[in-house]
Parts: sequence; C-alpha cells; structure tokens
Amino acid sequence: MSAWASLLRPGDWAVVGLAAVGVAASFPLVWQGGIAEKAVVRRDGTVVAELDLARKRTLEVAGAIGTSVIVVEPGRARVAADPGPRQYCVRQGWLKRPGEIAICAPNHVSLQIAGGRSRYDSVSY
Amino acid sequence: MTRSVTETVTLQTTAEDHRVARLAAAAIALSLVDAAIPLPLPGVKPGLANIVTLLVLYRYGFATAAWVTGLRIVAGGLLLGHLFSPGFFLSLSGGVLSLFMLALAQRLPQRWFGPVTLSVLAAFAHIAGQLLLARLWLIPHDGVFMLSPLFFAAALFFGIINGLIVARLLAEPATVEPQHA
Repeated sequence: MSAWASLLRPGDWAVVGLAAVGVAASFPLVWQGGIAEKAVVRRDGTVVAELDLARKRTLEVAGAIGTSVIVVEPGRARVAADPGPRQYCVRQGWLKRPGEIAICAPNHVSLQIAGGRSRYDSVSY
Repeated sequence: MTRSVTETVTLQTTAEDHRVARLAAAAIALSLVDAAIPLPLPGVKPGLANIVTLLVLYRYGFATAAWVTGLRIVAGGLLLGHLFSPGFFLSLSGGVLSLFMLALAQRLPQRWFGPVTLSVLAAFAHIAGQLLLARLWLIPHDGVFMLSPLFFAAALFFGIINGLIVARLLAEPATVEPQHA
C-alpha cells in the first residue's frame, strides 16, 4: 500500500483531493428536484394541461381577462404572451428546473415545471 | 489496376511508424479488454487504453501519443463494430478533449504533478467531451447531465488507478526497445 502511495507526488494528492470534493459536491447540486419532465398549466388552481417537456408545443389558455400562450420546447417552457398589464410571467422567460413557476395572476393562469421524483409513469430495464 | 500481380508495393516506413503501430496495437487490445469488462452503468469503462496514451506521452512525447490515440479510436471502432456510429463519435470527442487536456497538463511542473494528475485530468476531460457531444447531438436535453456525478466519480476512480499503473510502469527500469526488422 505504501509502495503505491509513494508513486503520488504532492500535486497529485491535491488534484485527487480537489477532484473528490468537486465530485462529491456535484451530487446534491445536480440531483435536487429530479429531472424536469412536465409543464403543468393551471387555471384558477385547477390543472388545465400537463405538457411533456420532450416535445415542442404551443398551448393557448383562456384566462380571466384574455388568452395566455404557453410555449414548450425540449426541456423548457415559458409563457410567451399574456394579457396581464405588468407581464411578470412573460418576462420570467424560460423555466427549466423542477419547481420553477411563472404566475400570471391577473389572468389566473400559472405554469409550473414538475420533476419526476415522486411519481413514476413507468420503470423499465 | 495497371500494376502486374507479381510486382509488390513496398511502403517506406520509419522506425517511428513501427513504434506508433506497435503502441497503437497495445492500446487497441486494451480497449477491447475494456469493452469486454461488464459494468453496471453504460458509459462507465475503466479506460485501460489511457494507460498506453499516458506512457507514450511520457516516453515519446505528445505527437506520438496523439497518433496512438487516433489510431486506437479508429481501429478500435473497426474491431468493436461501431465505426462511425454514435458510440464511435462519443469515443472520438472524448479522446480529442482528453488529448487537449493532456497537452495543457503536461506543462505542469513534473516535480509536483505526476501521472496520476494527468490520468485524472484526462479521464475528466474524456467524460466531459462525451457528455458535451451527447448533449449537443444525441440527447438535446439537460437530463443528460443527471448522471454526470456518477460518471465523474467513475472517472476519478479509474483515473487514479490508471495513473498509479502508469507511475508504476514508469518507475520500472526502461526495457530495451525490441529491435524491429
């Protein structure tokens, strides 16, 4: 064992140590919240549509004061247009991570990214 | 074909060509061993051929190492039957990026940084190259990166082992180059 350790130079120990810390730190960083899988669109709190994030799709949702346009692209979704006066949900841009949400309050419409951690559609090998 | 059948064509080869061919053959053999070892996660491999790349880098310099790696990837692709398939391009992008990393890393002061550093850095660059190509081309979705902590952990583990093997081999008295006819 010590014969092998003697083959490591001081810098090697530093590189290996840094790399180990980096790898260990990357686990929680990447794995929180699971993979973004779905865009959930709600009107007045009830789910209007669940869109698969794997496919491109545009959805128009009739809200309280007009129509909100939801755009889904592979791996992300956003509110493209909304009749609300301040456009907060539109200016939020693309949502990618599970749990991110854009709320168009005046129009009673929300768009949320959901991960696949708590539920499985299928498990296969 | 204008040549007669009896006439033989002789390629002029140098001693350097023979050395590259011999080392590439060793690397190809190791990448076949690599492919034969069953591991639970697809994409995780010991990368034994990198031992040859590193040894060549230390003994003969970067140019020879690049040649050996290039030949290993192409001929290995032929033998494993994945030439010009996605797997081949993944291996190519990994190989190119790890060579690039080695070109930079070999400038580190040798007094402090040995083969293990180079091996770990090359392994990281290798998996990073593969992940980037997979993200850009094969699976255009950030979900690709979900497995990256596992891949990098495996790269660290095998990088250390391969680096130790290289350090051990370099510590042995240099064997006399077999005289090639």
